[in-house]
Amino acid sequence: MTRNTLKLALAAMGLVATGAQAQDVTLTIESWRNDDLALWQQEIIPAFEAEHSGIKVIFSPSAPTEYNAALNSKLDAGSAGDIITCRPFDASLALFEAGHLTDLDDMEAMNNFSEVAKSAWQTDDGSATFCVPMASVIHGFIYNADAFAELGIEVPETEAEFFAALDKIKEDGSYIPMAMGTNDQWEAATMGYNNIGPNYWKGEEGRRALIAGEQKLTDAAWVAPYEALAKWGDYLGDGYEAQTYPDSQNLFTLGRAAIYPAGSWEIAGFNAQADFAMGAFKPPVRNAGDTCYISDHTDIGIGMNAATANSEAARTFLAWVGSPEFASIFGNALPGFFPLSNTPVELTDPLAKEFVSWRGECESTIRSTYQILSRGTPNLENETWGASVAAIKGTSSPAELGQKLQDGLASWYAPQQ
Amino acid sequence: MSVPRIRWHIIVFLAPAVLVYTAVMIFPLFNTLRLALYSEVEQARVFVGLENFRTLFFDPIWSEQFWNALGNNFWFFLIHMLVQNPIGVALAAILSHPRLRFAALYRSAIFIPTILSFVIVGFAWKLILSPIWGIAPSMLDAVGLKFLFAPWLGKEEYALTTLALVSVWQFVGIPMMLIYAALLSIPEEILEAGELDGITGLSAFWKVKLPLILPSIGIISILTFVGNFNAFDLIYVAQGALAGPNFSTDILGTFMYRTFFGFQLQLGDPHMGSAIAGAMFAIILVGVCIYLFGIQTRMRRYQL
Repeated sequence: MTRNTLKLALAAMGLVATGAQAQDVTLTIESWRNDDLALWQQEIIPAFEAEHSGIKVIFSPSAPTEYNAALNSKLDAGSAGDIITCRPFDASLALFEAGHLTDLDDMEAMNNFSEVAKSAWQTDDGSATFCVPMASVIHGFIYNADAFAELGIEVPETEAEFFAALDKIKEDGSYIPMAMGTNDQWEAATMGYNNIGPNYWKGEEGRRALIAGEQKLTDAAWVAPYEALAKWGDYLGDGYEAQTYPDSQNLFTLGRAAIYPAGSWEIAGFNAQADFAMGAFKPPVRNAGDTCYISDHTDIGIGMNAATANSEAARTFLAWVGSPEFASIFGNALPGFFPLSNTPVELTDPLAKEFVSWRGECESTIRSTYQILSRGTPNLENETWGASVAAIKGTSSPAELGQKLQDGLASWYAPQQ
Repeated sequence: MSVPRIRWHIIVFLAPAVLVYTAVMIFPLFNTLRLALYSEVEQARVFVGLENFRTLFFDPIWSEQFWNALGNNFWFFLIHMLVQNPIGVALAAILSHPRLRFAALYRSAIFIPTILSFVIVGFAWKLILSPIWGIAPSMLDAVGLKFLFAPWLGKEEYALTTLALVSVWQFVGIPMMLIYAALLSIPEEILEAGELDGITGLSAFWKVKLPLILPSIGIISILTFVGNFNAFDLIYVAQGALAGPNFSTDILGTFMYRTFFGFQLQLGDPHMGSAIAGAMFAIILVGVCIYLFGIQTRMRRYQL
């Protein structure tokens, strides 16, 4: 009874409030990208509002670590914004299944995106897509070009050349060959295993076969990246076991390390910090002439709150986010976050351009553990962190690691049983 | 025979504390325990009885993590008991020495880390011990002991002990202060009586002071026990929710956090998380009961 009165009162207030600005619809965007606040306020939103009079947009981000929990409670309480920035895969899928996100398959803008791009925000059978893909991050290696020139090292293309280059840097001794630590664990998996891995398991082919249960984590294609990682330990700095992620970033940007296993999201920060020339090379292939595969990981999407009162305006906004115009603004303002639309975007940052050029040369895939396979307990992604660290430190053999991961996955994932 | 009068003033005076405590402590506690008896199936909460606890203790995937965390927790506690408390008692004994100069300065300096936030302590020690920028390697180098340095926080065999010692560094001030207060409350007459019987110096400490401060040591032990089995912050700050390397620093608190709130791709599971919280509660309850009924009631108290 009291609740009803309260609702009535709120509704009345809402009517009054909307009545005051009847012609303008205000859309609120929920996001975890508080780093991008200025970009949204100064570039993206003005560009949108200039074209669509009558729709006002407010970008309202929260801290990345709090986003999922905060969003869930807001959605349950009915106080979430109209537009929801989507985490990839299961976090957003859970929201869709709980009825918080709208199916956007009927939107024309969806045709601007490839299947791989959309896979992060689809139901398992691909029947519904609930977020517009916004950006991806690409993995590779960033190198200190001055150091390479000084030591006379060519950019490596194959695995043999890669280790030869590392040997040469190590022999010279003036640079740490590669800046990565295992303290925070995730770099070993994200910038290690899932960076070099697609060349071994042939990108999407292997990833889909693993999900279908046709390949196992004990297969050579899935164990071989651990064998390669096992060799990395020798080239990381002293005490890499306790080296954290910011330590590695600083070692590289201070010019003390020659190669940095990277994700493209580092570009903006590195451009600001490093005062030497940088270049990037893609994960080395096993033999010269092999098809190369890159991890072009879908990271941010954007969808619509199913409970929004402004669904028309929200759809207009999402359609605009799916357009090449948005892609061009976003891609250039945030070098390293690459728009996912099929229309090529002209980027100006040389390092970002290098990364994105690989899309034309190589096959794209996403991180192997993200779709479906990290749904159960033990969580495959988290297990992969530990396994990649163990491979680098040499505390377990690659074959043992493959077996352990396979056992864990098979314990809950039916197609692998 | 008169009807016993209801003494309203007692109820009135107790009410604020009871209400507030119930709202913020007792209700959430029992609600968490209740949550542990449910599970979520197809977006709906269903009652599953003790199923979550069965999973926790008998499903190898869960039980392995649980026993690992519990074992680590005991090791963490043991280090505190063996290092923090004896050092705390020794410091208090030294500080209460009447001829020690600058006692107040030492007392404050040793106590200050206790009031620092875990975040600062964790971060500062991570920097001190960092093999890249830390001062620990260069300090060891300066005295020619560089070979002793290892990236301790990154090694499975050392990480937990290192963090336990960091925690000891932070909290050694608490047993020191409590014992110090207990030592000060020992009347001079008793010590003088001992002196007349020829008990002075160290033997005065062992034979007169220590028996008198034993009840305080008991209280400190139980505080350490509760604090350690509830610990979470330092490990989380220093090693993250995965409590690396390879779960070697995982204690019940981090295990519960990871399960309850989820981590990276792992979605949170409030029901299993509550089951772990329930297990933690039971462990602490049993520990405190053993102390209260097994030790404290038998402890001899001396009239001072």
